[in-house]
Amino acid sequence: MTGTGAGAGFRAVLADYGAGNLRSVQSALARQGVETVTTSDPATVREAALAIIAGVGHAESAMAGLVARGLDEAIRERAAAGRPVLGICVGLQLLFDEHEEGGRGLGLLAGPVRRVVAPRVPHMGWNTLRLLRPSPLLAGLEGEDVYFAHSFAVAPADRAVVAAEVDHAGPLCAAVDAGAVAGVQFHPERSAKPGERLLRNVLAWSRSA
Amino acid sequence: MVKKRLIPCLDVTGGRVVKGVNFVDLRDIGDPVELATRYSDLGADELVFLDITATVHGHDPLLRLIEHMSAELEIPFTVGGGISATEHARAILRAGADKVSVNRAALDVPGLIEELEYEFGAQAVVCAIDAKRREPGEATHPSGRPGRWFEVVTHGGRTPRGIDAVEWAQTAVRRGAGEILLTSIDADGTRAGYDLELTGLICDAVPVPVIASGGAGTAAHIADAFAVGAEAALVASIVHEAPERIPVLKSELKEAGWPMRI
Repeated sequence: MTGTGAGAGFRAVLADYGAGNLRSVQSALARQGVETVTTSDPATVREAALAIIAGVGHAESAMAGLVARGLDEAIRERAAAGRPVLGICVGLQLLFDEHEEGGRGLGLLAGPVRRVVAPRVPHMGWNTLRLLRPSPLLAGLEGEDVYFAHSFAVAPADRAVVAAEVDHAGPLCAAVDAGAVAGVQFHPERSAKPGERLLRNVLAWSRSA
Repeated sequence: MVKKRLIPCLDVTGGRVVKGVNFVDLRDIGDPVELATRYSDLGADELVFLDITATVHGHDPLLRLIEHMSAELEIPFTVGGGISATEHARAILRAGADKVSVNRAALDVPGLIEELEYEFGAQAVVCAIDAKRREPGEATHPSGRPGRWFEVVTHGGRTPRGIDAVEWAQTAVRRGAGEILLTSIDADGTRAGYDLELTGLICDAVPVPVIASGGAGTAAHIADAFAVGAEAALVASIVHEAPERIPVLKSELKEAGWPMRI
């Protein structure tokens, strides 16, 4: 599909830390015309136009996978240089410091990752985005339903980075947007049309970052 | 608020979607990717694929189908049927499935749910439970307790396991299951509605989402399952024979006051 769509000619990397389902994210980006390389090579991750950290499951083992391949430093360096980093689901959680389930994240953003407290956890299914402020990343997504599947959520120390929330027995952070570092707790690759919109926004955002 | 989900379930064998009664007299009803895409376009919130071949574990045709499905589909999907080992689940998830559903092996393979949770997270682990109603005098509760209860069964209901379904659901969740797919074998195929007593008991007993399965005939049946606590409803024949019912069911449920993604 490369050569068509919003992302024609754009190259993104998916950080391959040895776990996680990266194929569905790659396919969703391909539908937008983005050529995506899945790699564990730190130099490639450091230099690409856009780096994405995706995946599901435990943040601790995902972080260990990043560290073992030197991808943690590569991501910190690119973020420090102002090159865009997008975290999806566990990838968003990895952008933060301390995880309640154990271990530390990349520490690009300050704040803990806490277990969701609700009558039913995991927070599973389609839920409505509530934008807290205008964000190019979330343009057109106010009030849209997107798919969540998680038991932990980020609690940013700087509330200003929170771009959208979702309600599950109280507000949960659904998206952060902090300069070159951004992330979403939901799965754009499994969120039908609103997911496509998010990915198109990401492309526009990373081109202008 | 998280929306209630309508989840069509597709039985797959040999790369095709089939329909039959108790796995006999199977009839080909279409190409899985084509049907899945159609259901997704019509508003299905999620899909479940049950590999009813389930003899050769992790066989290539199934994995190729999942890869193809993952590349085409924009909603989540679960794959179940004969998964009995972590490596098999890993192959299915790496091929692009969002969740795996384990049923019999969760009972028979010690440590399986724990291992799946550790490797992939609770949100990727669905424990499927098939249960059968036991009236007093019919089969004694394992504890000797009198009264009606629900027994875990396997092999499409043919093998009673002597385990209380409510207790098993709690155990599965404690071990790491992030969702329960609960099928009433008594109600399955009747279109007379979900077993609301069973569904309510399980929903009250576990803190994870419960998908009600078996017996759906109308939107009112689905609303009844939501009313006793189900987060999602599995549907099969009523949408296979008329996929355009998906948006109709969803809008009827929304009109009845349930939070639905329209």
